[in-house]
Amino acid sequence: MATQSLRPCGDFRTTYRQDTAIFDTFNSRWAMILFLALLYVMVLVPILAPGVEETPVLSTLFGPFYNAQYLSLAIQACYWGIAALGLNILVGFTGQISLGHAAFFGIGAFGSAYLNNTYGIPVILSIPLAGLIAAAVGLLFGSPAARIKGLYLAIATLAAQFIIEDLFIRVDWFTGGSYGSLANTVELPGYDFSAGEWVTLFAFDTDPKFFLFALTVTIVMYVMAANLMRSRDGRAFIAVRDHYLSAEVMGINLTKYRILSFGISSFYAGIGGALYGHYLGFVSAEGFTILLSIQFLGIIIIGGLGSVMGAILGTIFMVLLPEVMAGGVDIIASTDWGNTPMITNGLAFFKEMAIGAAIILFLIFEPDGLAHRWRLIKAYWKLYPFSY
Amino acid sequence: MSEETAILEVRGVSLQFGGVRALSDVTFSVTKGELFAIIGPNGAGKTSMMNCISGRYTPTEGRVHFKGRDVTGLKPNKRADLGIGRTFQNLALFGHMSVLDNIMVGRHHLLKNNFMSGALYWIGGAQKEELNHRRTVEDIIDFLEISHIRKAMAGTLSYGLRKRVELARAVALKPDLILLDEPMAGMNLEEKEDMARFIIDLNEEWGMSVIMIEHDMGVVMDISHRVAVLDFGQKIAEGLPDEIMSNPRVKTAYLGEDDDVAAGAGQEVA
Repeated sequence: MATQSLRPCGDFRTTYRQDTAIFDTFNSRWAMILFLALLYVMVLVPILAPGVEETPVLSTLFGPFYNAQYLSLAIQACYWGIAALGLNILVGFTGQISLGHAAFFGIGAFGSAYLNNTYGIPVILSIPLAGLIAAAVGLLFGSPAARIKGLYLAIATLAAQFIIEDLFIRVDWFTGGSYGSLANTVELPGYDFSAGEWVTLFAFDTDPKFFLFALTVTIVMYVMAANLMRSRDGRAFIAVRDHYLSAEVMGINLTKYRILSFGISSFYAGIGGALYGHYLGFVSAEGFTILLSIQFLGIIIIGGLGSVMGAILGTIFMVLLPEVMAGGVDIIASTDWGNTPMITNGLAFFKEMAIGAAIILFLIFEPDGLAHRWRLIKAYWKLYPFSY
Repeated sequence: MSEETAILEVRGVSLQFGGVRALSDVTFSVTKGELFAIIGPNGAGKTSMMNCISGRYTPTEGRVHFKGRDVTGLKPNKRADLGIGRTFQNLALFGHMSVLDNIMVGRHHLLKNNFMSGALYWIGGAQKEELNHRRTVEDIIDFLEISHIRKAMAGTLSYGLRKRVELARAVALKPDLILLDEPMAGMNLEEKEDMARFIIDLNEEWGMSVIMIEHDMGVVMDISHRVAVLDFGQKIAEGLPDEIMSNPRVKTAYLGEDDDVAAGAGQEVA
């Protein structure tokens, strides 16, 4: 009971640096690094050597994964994952509620497109700048958190959602109004000294290339969040959540951290939204409704409130759920008794219902989310065959 | 009590909640390096007094001076910066954090890294700073003998251990004055003895001035240098433990009116 992490025999800590590492054990750290390296290699190899994925060895090993649909799901997991992580910092770590996360996501998408289209700022810079714009708006709409919490704060953020959503249609110069705005592809700019002009070194213009970019951004954002949570301000967030009275006595400025949490959360939403915009190539105001806000909340509830790992696990779950449902419906529809219009036409409803059902089931059976379940599974294997 | 040695001065503090007068015109001062106890029956206003000192409540009347500075209107977090640490009567740990992180929160005002340098961690010195403070925190953990639970979630600990972790967290603030609200409530004899030892060590070796609210008279009389007694929001006595023990008015407050004690008690002390 005394130790939370189950370390294998002989894995001792001899420095505080080792003891504050992001990954608990040597194995989990290297497993993660290997997994990410594999992802990069899998996507990078066909880009560098087109056609190589058709070779017998690779196509047997990874054949099913070289699939345009899977790739677009992976990209979706990246930009949703970043935004969900932001919401988890706000809801899971600081204990405040927000029903307006999709609006900040939208501000990131429009902001980056606007900065790029209007001022010609390279997309690679306009994405972080859009994050800052979203953060500024988040600070503004998060300021009620200084005085109110709980249900009242939920309503205040709901107002933010509707106000911003309305502005997306009305503020033509920023968003292009109801037409929406175009978002260019992400490019790595370079300076050609012989020609004396800016050129494009590398364009992330295809799905595999964009995935590499999105994955890199996602990794950076997740590492930064993990770092935040093991340093001063991250602890302050959790302290504000767990016991705000004693947090204040410990020297934590409640107002500052409550509002700051909105800022950081919106920054993440903005980065996620900007990636989304540049991936689709077009941003329209319809994409950022309260449904998306709720979906982000669903992600972090399923993944695990107050867990960095949980944000990405929840995102992957939420991205895959409709696909799995579609697959299930296909299988049922292929049977004699299942081939009815109710099932084949009802796919859209099944997807919606599955999301709702997943949230309810998680709240009842696993309120700590997938991150907790993952810890239990790891503990089970480590302790096997003894459960203590 | 000369001006320069008093670390805390409470001058004529009154606190009113609507029609309820929780404190009326309480005045006392605590010398640097003193172990000062506040006792009194339930509902006497002891915790209200502590809340006025730590900043949770602002007194309706009167001033609180800390290290010669008027802190009456300051927020609790500002007072923590100045060097007032406290523990709570009802446990107030951060339940979902490890013991270690709980204590690290106490270092909050001594740490310089912010959300940006914290997120970059390796760049900008946040890691170095965190690790340096970790060293100090480990000293506190050693001192309070909680090294075996440093990785446990605070919410899973037993009552006595939680009290000790809470003390550790307050000590991590590096306070000049530490307020302990019933540090021994609900403990068994052994735990009480440990806690008393810690409090004496904090006072004598770590040089902290201590204000302690406690119901266990044995402990209070044994370890405190001076005692103030509150009853119905008023200070009815202040002095050395022996004087308090023999004070008839204190006896009355605790035990109720008795014919021969009550006879002339009131006037004598006042």
